[in-house]
Amino acid sequence: MLGLLLLGRRTEDEAMSYSSYILFIPLLPLLAFAVLSLFGKKYFNTSAGLIATLLLLVSTVLSLYTAYQYFLVDGKVNDVYQPVKAFQYTWLVFNEHLQIDMGVLLDPISVMMLVVITVVSLMVHVFSLWYMKGEERFATYYAFLGLFTFSMLGLVISTNIFQMYIFWELVGVSSFLLIGYYFQKPSAVAASKKAFIVTRFADLFFLIGILIVGFQSNSFNFGTIIQTLTNTQSAEFLSATSTTFFGASILTWALAFIFIGGAGKSAMFPLHIWLPDAMEGPTPVSALIHAATMVVAGVYLVARMFPVFAVNEASLHLVTWVGLISALFAAIIACTQTDIKRVLAYSTMSQIGYMMFALGVSGYGGEAGLGFTASMFHLFTHAFFKSLLFLAAGAVIHFIHSNEIKDMGGLRKHMPITNAVFFIACLAIAGVPPLSGFFSKEEILLASYNTDKIVYAVALLTSGLTAFYMFRLYFSIFWNKEAEVHDTHHGEGSMAMKFPLILLAVLTIVAGFVPFGEFVSSDGKVLETHLHILFSIAPVAAALAGIGLATYLYKKENERPAAISNSFGAFYKSAHQKFYIDEIYLFITKKIIFNLIARPAAWIDKHIVDGAMNGLAFATATVSSAIKGLQSGKVQNYALYFFGGIAVLAVIFIYIWK
Amino acid sequence: MTPVPVEHILFLSTALFFIGMYGLFTRRNLISMLMSVELILNSVNINFVVFNKYFHAGKLDGVFFTIFIITIAAAEAAVALAIIINLFRSHQSIDVEDAAELKEPPTPKGEYGVM
Repeated sequence: MLGLLLLGRRTEDEAMSYSSYILFIPLLPLLAFAVLSLFGKKYFNTSAGLIATLLLLVSTVLSLYTAYQYFLVDGKVNDVYQPVKAFQYTWLVFNEHLQIDMGVLLDPISVMMLVVITVVSLMVHVFSLWYMKGEERFATYYAFLGLFTFSMLGLVISTNIFQMYIFWELVGVSSFLLIGYYFQKPSAVAASKKAFIVTRFADLFFLIGILIVGFQSNSFNFGTIIQTLTNTQSAEFLSATSTTFFGASILTWALAFIFIGGAGKSAMFPLHIWLPDAMEGPTPVSALIHAATMVVAGVYLVARMFPVFAVNEASLHLVTWVGLISALFAAIIACTQTDIKRVLAYSTMSQIGYMMFALGVSGYGGEAGLGFTASMFHLFTHAFFKSLLFLAAGAVIHFIHSNEIKDMGGLRKHMPITNAVFFIACLAIAGVPPLSGFFSKEEILLASYNTDKIVYAVALLTSGLTAFYMFRLYFSIFWNKEAEVHDTHHGEGSMAMKFPLILLAVLTIVAGFVPFGEFVSSDGKVLETHLHILFSIAPVAAALAGIGLATYLYKKENERPAAISNSFGAFYKSAHQKFYIDEIYLFITKKIIFNLIARPAAWIDKHIVDGAMNGLAFATATVSSAIKGLQSGKVQNYALYFFGGIAVLAVIFIYIWK
Repeated sequence: MTPVPVEHILFLSTALFFIGMYGLFTRRNLISMLMSVELILNSVNINFVVFNKYFHAGKLDGVFFTIFIITIAAAEAAVALAIIINLFRSHQSIDVEDAAELKEPPTPKGEYGVM
């Protein structure tokens, strides 16, 4: 009795200990957004960056402290990491079960995401101090960054799926605002619209999935959903799996719809088309949103619902294959692109595909849950090296004033630090030991090897391609031909630019040594991960082969790349044109949807809806002009009509109506 | 003395009613029209009285109505005469054809926009 009481007190104290500061983590960026968007232009146009950065620094420190507190001090009860509700506010109540809360849920993945988001966001804030300096809408830029950081933090700490959906849409809006930041450029406007519409289209399915899941499990809470829909004996589970629709159970459909929502945000094939275009935004934004945080929201969503996915094999297969196809598909396209940000965009898509299929091949709990841990680990390491790549690319673009590979080359002497960090990040993403990417990719490959050999083979091929295109990019920017004579008076950049690059490079090197399985696993227990030297031979060999090929082709300017791309002929051309996916979409929307749905709809609107209104007006006007002669102005005529009316009424009353 | 049959009296009142109606529709002079209206009212009065007398002897409802109608007819005549005097002041005529200001003026085609 006393023990129970103490236990109860203890967990209560725990929640209390977080609740004193946890809300400041998302609210400080929101404060930055509110202040800068209301007063920024007038009062803080030059100091906006500093204000936002300082507020975010506090957030970052708080989330690091939360991580320390959760992972190392009191997160564990009986050796299992327990989810903690650090804050809870009941917002909308529909009935006694179904209600929408606003809360803060702390568990291993959300705490990990808190750290990733705040750290990367802080680096981007600092980098932007240099990159965006002198922009006319400097304060607006920081306001949008604050809004984005707030929404993303809110998304990962959501206690229920509806709260997550709200922040999910907020993230979409802030991404839209930031992609369209240079709204004077028509291409940026088009890109922001495209990103918004494509992700919004996917979110429609997400919403349907939420409603089905909410209906079936009678709750929106992640905890309750997972509890009811993974318990194979419960009435909810049986009703959700026994009802079928087009050959798949309701639960499978719901999970597939939720996954489509995640795939839209995470730019999975075939909803990836917005991501490469989203590179129209400022480069630091790409580093934050389109590399490290928002695009992994889909992975996070699947991971959040993972126990439910794990009991439903069909949906896991969907996740696996969509992830795998995206990974390979994007890697092939990345080999042929010439815009450095687009190469990085496709590389992001490919790496997120990795995370997705790692979740797909995973099981729940114990050794089978390796894929889950690997996926989260890759998310963690990828956030650092990919944002580093984007920031370094931003530095290069700032130096060259161009995105095209052909304008670059030989920059290693002009930008030594950028060169060094870019090289480190390339090694990491290629999976060369002992950098962080090696460890996470290794785990993913091991998990897929244990489950499905075909997945493993494709993943290995993708891994080699990744090494190839990253080093193609690296050599094309920093080696290849000699640098043209540049106007180098402004040098490489200030401290505000170098500091984030160096810090992220350090994180890229050390992040792999974090014993990730101890902290994050599918069931909260410690997962021992070992390094299998023999197993690593194949991936490392693939990576080195890719690097070697890239060195052979691109280190010095030569004719070989052109010859090889010619020998691939049509395949190269279609990969260069991104396999015509955009054209297919345009064909479907413009030719099919427009002609078969929009045109008839417009016709109905014009002729039937408008026609009814116009017809009514026409009939009224015609009748009134026809009978207006009755109003003659002669009293006796009126009396006659009156008398006639009375006579008719008299006839009716006397003879007919009796 | 044999009593007058009810049909005769009804014939009288009907005749009176239609004479009044005829006068109302054919006369252009407002005073004549007013007199015609009085005829119509009186035909109704006769109806009330005769039905009361022949079918509900002992009751007074019909007589009451008659008295009401006579009172109202007097008031109506006063109001109508006042209107006629005012009309004469503004139009210098009491011909009903001369007071046709309420007539709808002819509209040009296409005024409603949808025609």
